[in-house]
Amino acid sequence: MVDAAARISPLDGRLFQDEGILVEPAVPAVRLALRAPSAARAALSKALGIDLSQRPKASAVHGARAALWLGPDEWLVIDEEGGDLMAACGTVTAFHSAVDVSHRNTALLVSGRRAADVLSAGCPQDLSRGAFPVGAASRTVFGKVEIVLWRTGEEAFRVECWRSFSDYVFMLFEAAARDA
Amino acid sequence: MLLIHCPYCQEDRPELEFRHAGEAHIARPADMAALSDEDFERFFFIRSNPKGVVFERWRHMHGCARFFNAARDTVSDRFLKTYKAGEPKPDLGGEGR
Repeated sequence: MVDAAARISPLDGRLFQDEGILVEPAVPAVRLALRAPSAARAALSKALGIDLSQRPKASAVHGARAALWLGPDEWLVIDEEGGDLMAACGTVTAFHSAVDVSHRNTALLVSGRRAADVLSAGCPQDLSRGAFPVGAASRTVFGKVEIVLWRTGEEAFRVECWRSFSDYVFMLFEAAARDA
Repeated sequence: MLLIHCPYCQEDRPELEFRHAGEAHIARPADMAALSDEDFERFFFIRSNPKGVVFERWRHMHGCARFFNAARDTVSDRFLKTYKAGEPKPDLGGEGR
Protein backbone atom coordinates (compact mmCIF):
# COMPACT_ATOMS: atom_id res chain seq x y z
CA MET A 1 0.00 0.00 0.00
CA VAL A 2 1.25 3.41 -0.92
CA ASP A 3 0.34 6.08 1.58
CA ALA A 4 0.47 9.03 -0.75
CA ALA A 5 1.82 9.83 -4.17
CA ALA A 6 5.29 11.31 -3.86
CA ARG A 7 5.25 14.85 -5.22
CA ILE A 8 8.23 15.47 -7.43
CA SER A 9 9.29 18.97 -8.34
CA PRO A 10 9.17 19.26 -12.16
CA LEU A 11 12.69 20.65 -12.34
CA ASP A 12 14.21 18.53 -9.61
CA GLY A 13 17.98 18.42 -9.95
CA ARG A 14 18.11 20.64 -13.03
CA LEU A 15 20.74 23.35 -13.11
CA PHE A 16 22.20 25.37 -15.94
CA GLN A 17 25.33 27.40 -15.62
CA ASP A 18 27.27 29.19 -18.30
CA GLU A 19 29.35 32.34 -18.66
CA GLY A 20 27.37 35.06 -16.82
CA ILE A 21 24.18 33.07 -16.39
CA LEU A 22 22.74 30.70 -13.80
CA VAL A 23 19.31 29.07 -14.09
CA GLU A 24 18.05 27.04 -11.16
CA PRO A 25 14.66 25.90 -9.87
CA ALA A 26 13.23 27.91 -6.97
CA VAL A 27 12.28 26.21 -3.74
CA PRO A 28 8.64 25.03 -3.54
CA ALA A 29 6.30 27.81 -2.45
CA VAL A 30 2.71 28.47 -1.54
CA ARG A 31 1.00 30.62 -4.17
CA LEU A 32 -2.28 32.43 -4.33
CA ALA A 33 -4.10 33.83 -7.33
CA LEU A 34 -5.90 36.73 -5.68
CA ARG A 35 -8.65 38.82 -7.27
CA ALA A 36 -10.25 41.60 -5.29
CA PRO A 37 -11.96 44.95 -5.84
CA SER A 38 -10.30 47.99 -4.27
CA ALA A 39 -12.80 47.90 -1.37
CA ALA A 40 -11.26 44.64 -0.12
CA ARG A 41 -7.64 45.60 -0.71
CA ALA A 42 -6.89 47.10 2.69
CA ALA A 43 -8.44 44.19 4.61
CA LEU A 44 -6.61 41.62 2.49
CA SER A 45 -3.31 43.48 2.83
CA LYS A 46 -3.71 43.42 6.59
CA ALA A 47 -4.68 39.74 6.72
CA LEU A 48 -1.76 38.71 4.52
CA GLY A 49 0.65 41.08 6.24
CA ILE A 50 1.77 42.51 2.93
CA ASP A 51 0.85 45.60 0.96
CA LEU A 52 -1.19 44.80 -2.16
CA SER A 53 -0.02 47.63 -4.36
CA GLN A 54 -2.28 49.46 -6.81
CA ARG A 55 0.65 50.59 -8.94
CA PRO A 56 1.20 48.71 -12.23
CA LYS A 57 4.19 46.33 -12.22
CA ALA A 58 4.73 46.88 -8.49
CA SER A 59 5.75 44.22 -6.00
CA ALA A 60 5.90 44.11 -2.22
CA VAL A 61 8.07 41.84 -0.10
CA HIS A 62 7.74 41.05 3.57
CA GLY A 63 10.01 38.30 4.84
CA ALA A 64 9.46 35.18 2.73
CA ARG A 65 6.20 36.55 1.37
CA ALA A 66 5.71 38.58 -1.79
CA ALA A 67 2.74 40.13 -3.59
CA LEU A 68 3.07 40.92 -7.29
CA TRP A 69 0.67 43.25 -9.09
CA LEU A 70 -0.71 41.47 -12.16
CA GLY A 71 -3.74 43.59 -12.98
CA PRO A 72 -5.93 46.36 -11.50
CA ASP A 73 -7.68 43.81 -9.28
CA GLU A 74 -5.30 40.86 -9.45
CA TRP A 75 -2.20 39.82 -7.50
CA LEU A 76 0.04 36.79 -7.28
CA VAL A 77 0.98 36.13 -3.67
CA ILE A 78 3.97 33.87 -3.02
CA ASP A 79 5.12 32.48 0.32
CA GLU A 80 8.33 30.46 0.34
CA GLU A 81 7.98 29.36 3.94
CA GLY A 82 4.70 27.54 3.50
CA GLY A 83 2.50 30.09 5.26
CA ASP A 84 -1.22 29.35 5.08
CA LEU A 85 -2.34 32.07 2.67
CA MET A 86 -5.80 30.58 2.17
CA ALA A 87 -6.49 30.68 5.90
CA ALA A 88 -5.31 34.29 6.07
CA CYS A 89 -7.69 35.29 3.27
CA GLY A 90 -10.45 33.26 4.90
CA THR A 91 -10.54 35.74 7.78
CA VAL A 92 -11.49 38.55 5.39
CA THR A 93 -15.24 39.01 4.96
CA ALA A 94 -14.98 41.59 2.15
CA PHE A 95 -15.77 40.17 -1.29
CA HIS A 96 -12.73 38.63 -2.99
CA SER A 97 -11.54 35.50 -4.76
CA ALA A 98 -8.49 33.53 -3.63
CA VAL A 99 -7.36 30.38 -5.43
CA ASP A 100 -4.46 28.23 -4.25
CA VAL A 101 -2.21 27.72 -7.28
CA SER A 102 0.82 26.41 -5.37
CA HIS A 103 1.02 23.28 -7.50
CA ARG A 104 0.02 24.89 -10.78
CA ASN A 105 3.07 27.12 -10.87
CA THR A 106 6.73 26.50 -10.46
CA ALA A 107 9.53 29.01 -10.64
CA LEU A 108 13.03 29.40 -12.03
CA LEU A 109 15.64 31.74 -10.67
CA VAL A 110 17.72 33.36 -13.37
CA SER A 111 20.76 35.33 -12.34
CA GLY A 112 24.06 36.60 -13.62
CA ARG A 113 25.51 39.33 -15.77
CA ARG A 114 23.75 38.07 -18.91
CA ALA A 115 20.40 37.30 -17.24
CA ALA A 116 18.46 40.16 -18.88
CA ASP A 117 20.01 39.48 -22.30
CA VAL A 118 19.14 35.78 -22.16
CA LEU A 119 15.58 36.58 -21.03
CA SER A 120 15.23 39.01 -23.91
CA ALA A 121 15.72 36.13 -26.33
CA GLY A 122 12.17 35.04 -25.49
CA CYS A 123 10.58 37.95 -23.66
CA PRO A 124 9.46 40.94 -25.76
CA GLN A 125 9.32 43.44 -22.88
CA ASP A 126 11.90 46.17 -22.36
CA LEU A 127 14.04 44.75 -19.55
CA SER A 128 16.41 47.69 -19.25
CA ARG A 129 16.83 48.97 -15.71
CA GLY A 130 14.85 52.13 -16.47
CA ALA A 131 11.77 50.33 -17.80
CA PHE A 132 11.98 47.24 -15.61
CA PRO A 133 13.77 48.23 -12.38
CA VAL A 134 14.51 46.02 -9.40
CA GLY A 135 11.16 45.11 -7.83
CA ALA A 136 9.22 45.34 -11.10
CA ALA A 137 6.93 42.40 -11.80
CA SER A 138 4.69 41.65 -14.72
CA ARG A 139 2.84 38.91 -16.48
CA THR A 140 4.31 38.54 -19.97
CA VAL A 141 5.44 35.88 -22.43
CA PHE A 142 8.65 33.89 -22.77
CA GLY A 143 8.87 32.09 -26.08
CA LYS A 144 5.49 30.44 -26.47
CA VAL A 145 4.40 30.41 -22.86
CA GLU A 146 2.97 32.88 -20.41
CA ILE A 147 5.18 33.71 -17.43
CA VAL A 148 5.21 36.08 -14.50
CA LEU A 149 8.53 37.88 -14.48
CA TRP A 150 9.85 39.56 -11.36
CA ARG A 151 13.16 41.37 -11.11
CA THR A 152 14.49 40.54 -7.66
CA GLY A 153 17.91 42.12 -8.12
CA GLU A 154 20.01 44.08 -10.62
CA GLU A 155 21.03 40.80 -12.22
CA ALA A 156 18.43 38.43 -10.80
CA PHE A 157 14.95 37.44 -11.98
CA ARG A 158 12.27 35.08 -10.80
CA VAL A 159 10.33 33.42 -13.62
CA GLU A 160 7.00 31.90 -12.59
CA CYS A 161 5.50 29.54 -15.13
CA TRP A 162 2.96 26.76 -15.20
CA ARG A 163 4.42 23.50 -13.98
CA SER A 164 3.80 21.60 -17.22
CA PHE A 165 5.61 24.31 -19.23
CA SER A 166 8.68 24.40 -16.98
CA ASP A 167 10.69 21.90 -19.06
CA TYR A 168 10.14 24.05 -22.16
CA VAL A 169 11.10 27.22 -20.27
CA PHE A 170 14.24 25.62 -18.90
CA MET A 171 15.35 24.33 -22.30
CA LEU A 172 14.61 27.67 -23.93
CA PHE A 173 16.91 29.30 -21.37
CA GLU A 174 19.65 26.81 -22.26
CA ALA A 175 19.25 27.47 -25.97
CA ALA A 176 19.05 31.24 -25.47
CA ALA A 177 22.16 31.27 -23.28
CA ARG A 178 24.14 29.64 -26.09
CA ASP A 179 22.99 32.27 -28.61
CA ALA A 180 22.43 35.49 -26.66
CA MET B 1 7.50 45.01 -33.10
CA LEU B 2 4.32 47.02 -32.69
CA LEU B 3 3.94 48.66 -29.29
CA ILE B 4 0.46 49.08 -27.86
CA HIS B 5 -0.31 51.43 -24.99
CA CYS B 6 -2.26 49.60 -22.28
CA PRO B 7 -4.49 52.08 -20.40
CA TYR B 8 -4.41 49.87 -17.29
CA CYS B 9 -0.65 49.19 -17.19
CA GLN B 10 -0.11 52.80 -18.30
CA GLU B 11 2.76 51.99 -20.61
CA ASP B 12 3.63 50.77 -24.09
CA ARG B 13 3.84 46.99 -24.24
CA PRO B 14 4.78 44.59 -27.06
CA GLU B 15 1.99 43.38 -29.31
CA LEU B 16 2.71 39.72 -28.44
CA GLU B 17 0.99 40.31 -25.10
CA PHE B 18 -2.27 41.41 -26.74
CA ARG B 19 -5.26 39.80 -28.44
CA HIS B 20 -7.75 41.44 -30.75
CA ALA B 21 -11.32 41.07 -29.50
CA GLY B 22 -13.66 42.42 -32.18
CA GLU B 23 -15.44 45.69 -32.82
CA ALA B 24 -16.02 48.00 -29.86
CA HIS B 25 -19.08 50.00 -28.77
CA ILE B 26 -21.64 47.40 -29.81
CA ALA B 27 -24.54 47.85 -27.43
CA ARG B 28 -26.22 44.64 -26.35
CA PRO B 29 -30.01 44.95 -26.80
CA ALA B 30 -31.88 45.27 -23.51
CA ASP B 31 -34.62 42.88 -24.57
CA MET B 32 -32.94 40.20 -26.66
CA ALA B 33 -36.04 37.99 -26.90
CA ALA B 34 -38.08 40.73 -28.57
CA LEU B 35 -35.60 41.15 -31.46
CA SER B 36 -36.62 40.03 -34.90
CA ASP B 37 -34.30 37.56 -36.61
CA GLU B 38 -33.09 40.30 -38.94
CA ASP B 39 -32.29 42.66 -36.06
CA PHE B 40 -30.55 39.91 -34.17
CA GLU B 41 -28.45 39.06 -37.20
CA ARG B 42 -27.49 42.73 -37.51
CA PHE B 43 -26.50 42.94 -33.84
CA PHE B 44 -24.74 39.59 -33.66
CA PHE B 45 -23.00 39.09 -37.00
CA ILE B 46 -22.86 42.27 -39.04
CA ARG B 47 -19.79 44.44 -38.46
CA SER B 48 -18.85 47.67 -40.17
CA ASN B 49 -15.27 46.65 -41.15
CA PRO B 50 -14.32 49.99 -42.72
CA LYS B 51 -11.06 50.89 -44.38
CA GLY B 52 -9.45 53.51 -42.15
CA VAL B 53 -10.17 54.30 -38.52
CA VAL B 54 -11.86 51.55 -36.55
CA PHE B 55 -12.81 51.26 -32.89
CA GLU B 56 -11.90 47.86 -31.53
CA ARG B 57 -11.79 45.89 -28.31
CA TRP B 58 -8.40 44.55 -27.39
CA ARG B 59 -7.31 42.43 -24.48
CA HIS B 60 -3.98 42.64 -22.68
CA MET B 61 -4.10 38.86 -22.54
CA HIS B 62 -0.58 38.16 -21.26
CA GLY B 63 -0.30 41.30 -19.15
CA CYS B 64 -2.97 42.72 -16.88
CA ALA B 65 -5.57 40.58 -18.75
CA ARG B 66 -7.94 43.54 -19.00
CA PHE B 67 -10.16 44.38 -22.01
CA PHE B 68 -9.85 47.92 -23.31
CA ASN B 69 -10.79 49.85 -26.44
CA ALA B 70 -8.56 51.16 -29.18
CA ALA B 71 -8.89 53.43 -32.18
CA ARG B 72 -6.75 52.00 -34.94
CA ASP B 73 -6.14 52.85 -38.57
CA THR B 74 -6.50 49.68 -40.63
CA VAL B 75 -4.52 51.20 -43.50
CA SER B 76 -1.39 52.21 -41.58
CA ASP B 77 -1.96 49.71 -38.70
CA ARG B 78 -1.25 52.63 -36.35
CA PHE B 79 -2.94 52.79 -32.95
CA LEU B 80 -4.35 56.34 -32.66
CA LYS B 81 -5.55 56.00 -29.08
CA THR B 82 -6.34 53.39 -26.47
CA TYR B 83 -8.74 53.93 -23.59
CA LYS B 84 -10.35 51.97 -20.77
CA ALA B 85 -13.43 49.85 -21.33
CA GLY B 86 -16.61 51.75 -20.56
CA GLU B 87 -15.22 55.12 -21.58
CA PRO B 88 -16.97 56.92 -24.48
CA LYS B 89 -15.58 56.97 -28.00
CA PRO B 90 -12.82 59.57 -27.99
CA ASP B 91 -12.80 62.56 -30.29
CA LEU B 92 -9.83 61.93 -32.53
CA GLY B 93 -9.94 65.41 -34.08
CA GLY B 94 -8.08 65.58 -37.37
CA GLU B 95 -6.48 62.17 -36.89
CA GLY B 96 -9.80 60.35 -37.09
CA ARG B 97 -10.67 61.96 -40.45
